[in-house]
Amino acid sequence: MKKILAITLICLVLLGSMVGCSRNDENTLYFLNFKPESAAAYNKIAAKYKEETGKTLRVVTAASGTYEQTLKSEISKSDAPVLFQLNGVIGYNAWKDYCKDLSDTEIYKHLSDPQLAISSGEGVYGIPAVVEGYGIIYNKEITDRYFALTNRATKYASMDEIRSFEALSAMVRDMTAHKDELGIRGVFAATSLKSGEDWRFQTHLANLPIYYEFEKGNIDISRDDISEVDFSYNTHYKQLFDLYLNNSTTDPKLLGSKQVADSMAEFALGQCAMVQNGNWAWSQIQGVNGNTVKSENIKFLPIYIGAEGENTQGLCVGTENYFAINAKATPEKQKLAEDFLAWLYTSESGKDLVTNELGFIAPYDTFEEDEAPSDPLGKEVYEWMNKDGVNTVPWVFSIFPSQNFKSDFGAALLQYAQGNKEWSEVVSLFKTRWKEESA
Amino acid sequence: MQKSLRKYGWLFLLPTLIAFLIAFVIPFLAGVWLSFTEFTTVTNAKFVGLDNYIRIFTDNRDFLNAFWFTVKFTVVSVVSVNLLAFILALLLTKGLRGTNFFRTAFFMPNLIGGIVLGYIWQLIINGVLSGMGVDLTYRAEYGFWGLVVLMNWQMIGYMMIIYVAGLQNIPSELHEVAAIDGAGGFATLRHITLPLVMPSITICTFLTLSNSFKMFDQNYALTGGAPGKETQMLALDIYNTFYGSVGNEGVGQAKAVLFFVLVALVALIQLRITRAREVET
Repeated sequence: MKKILAITLICLVLLGSMVGCSRNDENTLYFLNFKPESAAAYNKIAAKYKEETGKTLRVVTAASGTYEQTLKSEISKSDAPVLFQLNGVIGYNAWKDYCKDLSDTEIYKHLSDPQLAISSGEGVYGIPAVVEGYGIIYNKEITDRYFALTNRATKYASMDEIRSFEALSAMVRDMTAHKDELGIRGVFAATSLKSGEDWRFQTHLANLPIYYEFEKGNIDISRDDISEVDFSYNTHYKQLFDLYLNNSTTDPKLLGSKQVADSMAEFALGQCAMVQNGNWAWSQIQGVNGNTVKSENIKFLPIYIGAEGENTQGLCVGTENYFAINAKATPEKQKLAEDFLAWLYTSESGKDLVTNELGFIAPYDTFEEDEAPSDPLGKEVYEWMNKDGVNTVPWVFSIFPSQNFKSDFGAALLQYAQGNKEWSEVVSLFKTRWKEESA
Repeated sequence: MQKSLRKYGWLFLLPTLIAFLIAFVIPFLAGVWLSFTEFTTVTNAKFVGLDNYIRIFTDNRDFLNAFWFTVKFTVVSVVSVNLLAFILALLLTKGLRGTNFFRTAFFMPNLIGGIVLGYIWQLIINGVLSGMGVDLTYRAEYGFWGLVVLMNWQMIGYMMIIYVAGLQNIPSELHEVAAIDGAGGFATLRHITLPLVMPSITICTFLTLSNSFKMFDQNYALTGGAPGKETQMLALDIYNTFYGSVGNEGVGQAKAVLFFVLVALVALIQLRITRAREVET
């Protein structure tokens, strides 16, 4: 009996050391995907790709928020991912040694705006999978109800006239005063500041003051050595953040336990008129049980913080979703990855999958106008991008030094909202943590 | 026979030895080595000497803050868990009605994972605090006591079982003798019961001490360090250093090595102290 047990154990040990080898087929492309919400779509793409070309796309998706960890362990294996994803300049800096120069690839030639790619020196190392946009989402039904009020204190008659922070602020305050007549609990949805749920503010909102600071200082963001910032537009940030806090559905002291899903649910149920978020939020709004917002009433407003010349400002458009090809993979494997990207963004069936399965607004010239996504927020982003006289704000936040920096800033914002921290402390934390984390 | 056993004995150890090497010794040594390097993946490490260890204390105060928070938490929870578990064990060895049911009920929380417990208690505590118009992230004290309550709730049942076993092992003659000699309840407890359950106390303090010191999931799920990083314990700080920023993997690894040394040190000291108080029956 013991003998059998011992033999079994030895076999187990040997077996354990053998698992993990093999599976290295020549026509198989290993892709490590970082968006769990896209996993199902990529599986459909893999099936279609196999059907059309006979090649296998092996999609592995890292669990939410664990992409860096997964990539770290996967890429040191012998069967490493050939196609992987970067979140921007910071991600590129971390994975420099593994990023192949893509400037000669077919897919790069189709990129509508070369500035969207991650480049360094002469080389191009990350190409965008998608562009996304964010701003203040509003429910037109409620704002129309406000404009129909006879006793309102502002002179504005439609959302088209809201073209500055001043206008937005006046309107929002007056809406709060009339919130019972409008049937809402607050103008803005809860400012979700629970740790891990605070990215709408520590990252997305912070994009604007930093964008204006760099514009003013003529700082080129493709240069990646911005180790210090002044946060000189912090008062602008504060005035909009205060507006969010004071005209909200939720008491600021309770924001530490609010999640993004809570805020989106409030919007979907018509309990508030506005919420700051991006076009990816559509599925969330749509998925809320008993939602009352009609899709034709969901619109975008740019995030106005009161900076000079903001009446021509548009939505914040960019991406945190880049493709990169493993420089340490064999040339045959790299070719496989290039072919796949070209197929995905140039072939008819690939384009169809990108638009309808992934729901991406693809920044490639192979896409015609009628191939833009059909969801209301995606459409709005597309329209805002093509509006005359409107300057789209790039996603400067991709150069924010680290996740730690963002988390610490988010935590400080929460303490400020709760009344436990002075604004000046938040500003100095922003600057010192930026410097420390860039070192 | 003897001779050949001595000569080839190691051969029979080999399978176990290989497993031990692969699963423990090699990763451990690799981990220590990585703490002296700068790396992104384990295969491209660059030696930097003691740099990482210096940076733990010079980059920011996170590690020290986490250390003191952990120490405070450990002291409070070791005392409270053991005290309450011991009292419960005393009550549940008195032959009360429904003893078995109570033992099971108190043990149950231990079967639930830390992350789940963290989220459940977050809901409960936030529900209570919302009556005051605040939530768990409002003050560090809320998070601290929340963690203590959570730890107690989870660990008491387990420790209680160990104490119950210890108490049941005391020969009843000793209690009878003490009663005949006129010792009261407290004197019996102090001079008979406590010395004889000392082995259980050793085990229980060891388990609570090392579990509180190494706590991660409950901390991660309940407070996540909020407000700021004020309720961040050592393990969470290491996790955030390693995964939260670029180029700090080496520092995170160095923190982990220090953490190992600390845990080992504390556990050894505690074992030595409580062992010295054990008596033979």
